[in-house]
Amino acid sequence: MIAHIFDDLCNGCNSCVTICPTHVFDAGNSAPVIARPDQCQTCYMCELYCVSDAIYVGPDSHAAEIIDPETIRASGHLGRVRHDHGWDRPDEAGHLDHYRLLGPLLQEGGETAAQRYRALATSRE
Amino acid sequence: MSDGVTVRADVLIIGGGMAAAWAAIAAAKTGASTILVDKGYVGTSGVTATAGPNHWWVPPDPVRRREIIERKWADGFELGDPAWMERIIDITWRTLPDLARYYPFGSDGRGGTYYSGVRGAEYMRALRTYAVAAGARILDHHPATQLLVDQDGAVAGACGHARLTGQDWKIHAPAVIMATGGCAFRSGLIGSHGNSGDGYLLAAEAGAELSGMEFSIQYTVSPAWASTRTLPYGAARYYDARGVEIIQPPRGHAHYQALGAALLEGPVYADLIDAPVELPPILHDIQPFTPPPFVRKGIDMFKQRWPIKLFGEGTIRGNGGLRIVDDMCGTSVTGLYAAGDAATRELVTGAISGGGAVNSAWALSSGQIAGAAAARRGLALRGEAAGKARMAGTVAMHPRLTEQPIDRKAIEADVDHHMNGYQHALWRSEGQLTQSLALLDAHWRMIGDHGRAQGLALVGLRETAAMVATARWCTAAALARKESRGVHVRVDAPGLDPGGNVRLLTGGLDQLWTRPESRSYAEAAE
Ligand SMILES: Cc1cc2nc3c(=O)[nH]c(=O)nc-3n(C[C@H](O)[C@H](O)[C@H](O)COP(=O)(O)OP(=O)(O)OC[C@H]3O[C@@H](n4cnc5c(N)ncnc54)[C@H](O)[C@@H]3O)c2cc1C
Ligand code: SF4
Ligand code: SF4
Repeated sequence: MIAHIFDDLCNGCNSCVTICPTHVFDAGNSAPVIARPDQCQTCYMCELYCVSDAIYVGPDSHAAEIIDPETIRASGHLGRVRHDHGWDRPDEAGHLDHYRLLGPLLQEGGETAAQRYRALATSRE
Repeated sequence: MSDGVTVRADVLIIGGGMAAAWAAIAAAKTGASTILVDKGYVGTSGVTATAGPNHWWVPPDPVRRREIIERKWADGFELGDPAWMERIIDITWRTLPDLARYYPFGSDGRGGTYYSGVRGAEYMRALRTYAVAAGARILDHHPATQLLVDQDGAVAGACGHARLTGQDWKIHAPAVIMATGGCAFRSGLIGSHGNSGDGYLLAAEAGAELSGMEFSIQYTVSPAWASTRTLPYGAARYYDARGVEIIQPPRGHAHYQALGAALLEGPVYADLIDAPVELPPILHDIQPFTPPPFVRKGIDMFKQRWPIKLFGEGTIRGNGGLRIVDDMCGTSVTGLYAAGDAATRELVTGAISGGGAVNSAWALSSGQIAGAAAARRGLALRGEAAGKARMAGTVAMHPRLTEQPIDRKAIEADVDHHMNGYQHALWRSEGQLTQSLALLDAHWRMIGDHGRAQGLALVGLRETAAMVATARWCTAAALARKESRGVHVRVDAPGLDPGGNVRLLTGGLDQLWTRPESRSYAEAAE
């Protein structure tokens, strides 16, 4: 669930207010205000769209989390989602070159589970 | 709330996922003035944005396509329509590469381009850019709350509320496309918060019928604290609270039942020691949203055991929705079209889930088809003065009795429990379903008798009402289909009814009805 906006990092662009799909933020005087956290769907889209890496979304989607901003700042989590998408390097090509592996990896996992189940089912007979 | 804004367009599209965007592109390309209103932001809202849709991708080899379609028709328990399948395979194959100007398609590893699978956030960002370039006007944070209907009963536009400005809006358009997605009853399924079944309710109020609503049992496994995409979990092993491995078939209803039964007893844990070895190092690169829920909790997802939950998917990866009555994606109401998960996907996937390939091919193709058809109607009627249109909204707008506050949280919790609760969804029976329906009916009456709201509060109350309505249609249809077919499983009616290969229609507001679709629309047209 949305946890924190770092006021000192925020540039006041209000992108997060616009792009949050569930209307969690209201524009504020400087940084936006987390106005409706109960509507947060923990999708991390605000982190992806924040060019200042000023937003932290907590991992638990069911409950608000108490966080220590300075621990989060030092954790390396800020900006990670945007970096992994390659959105901090828009001119660089190849961000989606591994994407084709999704299907085969998914299938491999499913096959492993199916084989394991067949083996177990036989051993029980 | 402040003064309303009224505009006119040739085509109005309600929704902002891939189906809506593909519809906007098709409509705007014809020169029709096209407005798209989304509840959230086109780019991040809807399940498309958080998913990574892999499209049904079959090269134009007639023999292979026919084989695949025949197999799909049989796998779908004979409720699909081969002609529709062929159509969406073809449209998807021809259309998706158009996006190359806006989407950075990756390599296929053999010197070519990999088209079929796209990452949601980049896909929706590209579709937004494409739609705007094609001339569509996008209005973000403009949830629709009701349809406009003219004297002849044709849909003539919609009304809603602009949540960032606090203004109400009204848009007149002789052709409206419903692309509001499916409904998972706020199970927490990733990306689905805004998908509260609004489109089903709005359309039903204008007289539209639904189809396949009984096919609404589907789950996604995820860590208990957050729904994620499922790539890493294919080979997961599961354990009960004592650490005993739960033996379960790897997919299907029996898989959900085994995990659901264990979850009803206590926590269930997963480990991923059997995951493909290539996966851990590149997961963050393929699906950057999947690791943070673990990393930020300090859990090594590939080494530790962690508790799981099954998140209900309702009609998102189930397949019920608005009934399609012609080959232009028209609904049973003139002027109203349906695309994507808002429409039934039985035509292309039958009684089984279309997740994994078919649903996105359907969302793309139905969007393109509906967009072009709506534009033809919109352009043809452009010169005609807009007649008197009435607002079709009912529940939460005109209470029958005294106005009273509605406890939305309690009602939504009940809906979630009866639709996604394992004991209800995984062990459907006449008794269970009848009880659920009685309770849902009571909630429906409560909102209809006493609910009234305006502005932003109306958006929220209508969402609650739409989830109750959707739950009632799903439950009524599940009661009426007295057999087990595809993802609809009844413990008191296992097995197929030989005469059950007919689609089941449902609808109605205060009075629900169900009836088999006696003839296909093709036969009806003859
Ligand atoms: C995790 C996950 C993975 C998936 N993977 C695949 C896959 O690999 N292959 C595949 O084929 N399918 C897959 N699917 C299914 C596929 O993603 C969907 O079929 C497809 O994205 C549906 O698109 P849509 O536009 O109909 O709905 P959505 O993308 O859900 O969009 C619905 C839109 O309607 C808007 N809306 C709702 N109510 C209103 C209102 N009142 N007013 C205005 N707007 C409103 C919402 O804001 C949202 O923008 C997956 C689904 C999930 C959940
Ligand atoms: S997107 Fe980031 S920088 Fe912009 S207002 Fe939001 S928090 Fe501040
Ligand atoms: S995580 Fe998603 S829903 Fe929550 S505030 Fe950010 S963008 Fe909005």
